[in-house]
Amino acid sequence: MKDMSQIANAVETGTNKISARDVNVFYGDSQAIKGVDVEISNNTVTAFIGPSGCGKSTFLRCLNRMNDTIDICRVTGTIRLDGEDIYDKRVDPVQLRAKVGMVFQKPNPFPKSIYDNVAYGPRIHGLARSKSDLDEVVERALRRGAIWNEVKDRLYAPGTGLSGGQQQRLCIARAVATEPEVLLMDEPCSALDPIATAQVEELIDELRENFAVVIVTHSMQQAARVSQNTAFFHLGELVEYGETGQIFTNPQDPRTESYITGRIG
Amino acid sequence: MPLTWLILFLFALAALGFIAGRVRAVNSAGGDVRELHSLPNYYGWNVALTALVPALAVLVVWLFVQPLMIERSVSGMIPEELIPEGSQRSLVMSDVRRVAHGLDMAVRQGALSEDDASDIRAGFTDLRGRLADVGVALGSDVRPEVLSAAQRYRQLNATGTLWQSIIVAALALGGLTLAYTRTHKGFRARNVVERAILALLILAASIAVLTTLGIVLSMLFETRNFFGLHSWSDFFFGTTWAPNFRGDSELSILPLLWGTLYISFIALAVAVPVGLFAAIYLSEYASAALRSFAKPLLEILAGIPTIVYGMFALLTVGPMLVNFFGRGPDGVLGVDWMSGATSVLTAGVVMGIMLIPFVSSLSDDIINSVPQSLRDGSYGLGATQSETVRQVVLPAALPGIVGAVLLAASRAIGETMIVVMGAGAIAKFSLNPLESMTTITTRIVSQLTGDTDFASPETLVAFALGLTLFVLTLGLNILALYIVRKYREQYE
Ligand SMILES: Nc1ncnc2c1ncn2[C@@H]1O[C@H](COP(=O)(O)OP(=O)(O)OP(=O)(O)O)[C@@H](O)[C@H]1O
Ligand SMILES: [Mg+2]
Repeated sequence: MKDMSQIANAVETGTNKISARDVNVFYGDSQAIKGVDVEISNNTVTAFIGPSGCGKSTFLRCLNRMNDTIDICRVTGTIRLDGEDIYDKRVDPVQLRAKVGMVFQKPNPFPKSIYDNVAYGPRIHGLARSKSDLDEVVERALRRGAIWNEVKDRLYAPGTGLSGGQQQRLCIARAVATEPEVLLMDEPCSALDPIATAQVEELIDELRENFAVVIVTHSMQQAARVSQNTAFFHLGELVEYGETGQIFTNPQDPRTESYITGRIG
Repeated sequence: MPLTWLILFLFALAALGFIAGRVRAVNSAGGDVRELHSLPNYYGWNVALTALVPALAVLVVWLFVQPLMIERSVSGMIPEELIPEGSQRSLVMSDVRRVAHGLDMAVRQGALSEDDASDIRAGFTDLRGRLADVGVALGSDVRPEVLSAAQRYRQLNATGTLWQSIIVAALALGGLTLAYTRTHKGFRARNVVERAILALLILAASIAVLTTLGIVLSMLFETRNFFGLHSWSDFFFGTTWAPNFRGDSELSILPLLWGTLYISFIALAVAVPVGLFAAIYLSEYASAALRSFAKPLLEILAGIPTIVYGMFALLTVGPMLVNFFGRGPDGVLGVDWMSGATSVLTAGVVMGIMLIPFVSSLSDDIINSVPQSLRDGSYGLGATQSETVRQVVLPAALPGIVGAVLLAASRAIGETMIVVMGAGAIAKFSLNPLESMTTITTRIVSQLTGDTDFASPETLVAFALGLTLFVLTLGLNILALYIVRKYREQYE
């Protein structure tokens, strides 16, 4: 591949953040995820790649129990966050989601002002002691979302009035403001132009300093550019998982090879 | 009945035309249907419609116009001095029609011959007695002028009907012939049928629009009559509602408007919180199984006739409230604030119950149309369900919900049966919800029922009230629709 030169810098292996063992997910009778084992490290960007419908989003949503909101969805196996089983009865999914934040494929700002969008999480979780404290939290999040300069003069304008790419960065800022430990991103750049995509990718690389980031993407180049580890899913199975450079230059499984060279998809 | 026969004839002709047109078209293509421009049935329809539609249209117009023309020409035969003091020409004309009808009946039953009916003179024979025999009762003896007018009326009617049949039948035959001769394999029958269908749809739409227009115009007309008899400043700015059929009434809308708005306010105070919470539960919390059975149930509630709610107000809620707030030491609270079962509170509460399903099913639709991605976004930030509902779903749905509330308000303002039975009949300004009050709709009912005289302001005021009510609810509806539509666009 010609992008090999762009493959991200050397991996600084973080400690283990999430470990999934033998995870199966069922929608009613049909099985969408089949016995997946994955380790996700701290301070690392992990990319999930694979053809459409292979279960990337489904697996991502298991990691913060967003699948609980789907009636027919059933998850088996264990997923540990810092050694604690997140599907344990004692775990409050609401608390879990504050720790494992999520950015969606389609930008979904709330119909509120830009400020209120970002302040939403901190307000709910009581992260700010005073109004000026909250102002600071909001500003920091917007700066980390690489959108501060564009919106600092109109913080009280509706978030829905921004462009698609700005909305997506606003959603990232919103997720970051809650101070999560893990950030899940489901195709965060699918609605963005190349410039905004570059900004978001840069952002992802910065976020790695504080979080474990998991990103689903359809773009091989993007996976190669931003991630340190890559997982290849196919038909609900985890086919191959390893260092990104390894996966792209020297895939072990023939299915991985045909996918990254564009023969299945 | 010649009219029935005429119509049957038209339809028989159309059926015949259908078959003939079809056959001719197929023959013109030498039996090969693929040669035809349109499918064979279109040719049939073309002939049938060309025969039927103009003839029917002329018939309908004729049926409207003929009575008017005859009325005018006969009414000229009645001399001015024949009209009694204080009566009207139209009353004498109705006598004329009655006699003419009696003569028709007599001829049909064989009590008179056709010639006799046209020739008899009122003086010779006891016409009143004879007509009574055939079942037509007359208030007084028939005067010669009325009798001759009636005979003229019959004669004109007979000629008119004859010409009507001839012209309509001729038109139908002409249309049939024309369309039949034009039928040929190249003729675009399909396009003709398309236009006929379009015309039918336009006709249906314009009937709906014109009826509304007609209702409004007739109300406007009567309202103008009312304002000719009664001062408008008393109607809009007076303070008392005291109709008095001997004249000299005070007819102000304000006390009625106050009662209407007060009762509607209480109704909304009941319906909006309950309906909204029910909608939130059903759309956000309830399982699919529960929803699939609770929602239709709520909608059944919406189908209960309001008279049943009225009975409920009068027989259940009213006495229950009296038990609480009335009856002095015997009552539950030991107070004597309420004297009868009818009160603002009774009507308001029951109307509120009636509006609950209305509010909840509208709000439910609106809440459901808030995109799931917003909820996901909120859950993804670690919000609980009720936080999500309060801070994301409801604000997003708010404009739509306001629209729903306005629609409910306009229903409350126009509601009649519940207030007739539950609110009482006293027009006054009062803040006490335990007193009887009355509304615009109840007063319309009471002014128009019983003995009414359409020349007195006490009756005509009903139209002015009705028109005000119409304008009020129309305004509310337009505002509500505007808000709801604006809200819809937000998530396109
Ligand atoms: N809510 C749901 N109900 C039933 N089946 C579902 C649901 N969501 C996903 N699925 C099924 O689960 C499988 C995996 O879906 P998923 O959305 O995880 O795929 P994906 O890898 O994210 O695809 P894409 O790249 O197109 O987003 C698919 O076969 C899909 O049909
Ligand atoms: Mg997906």
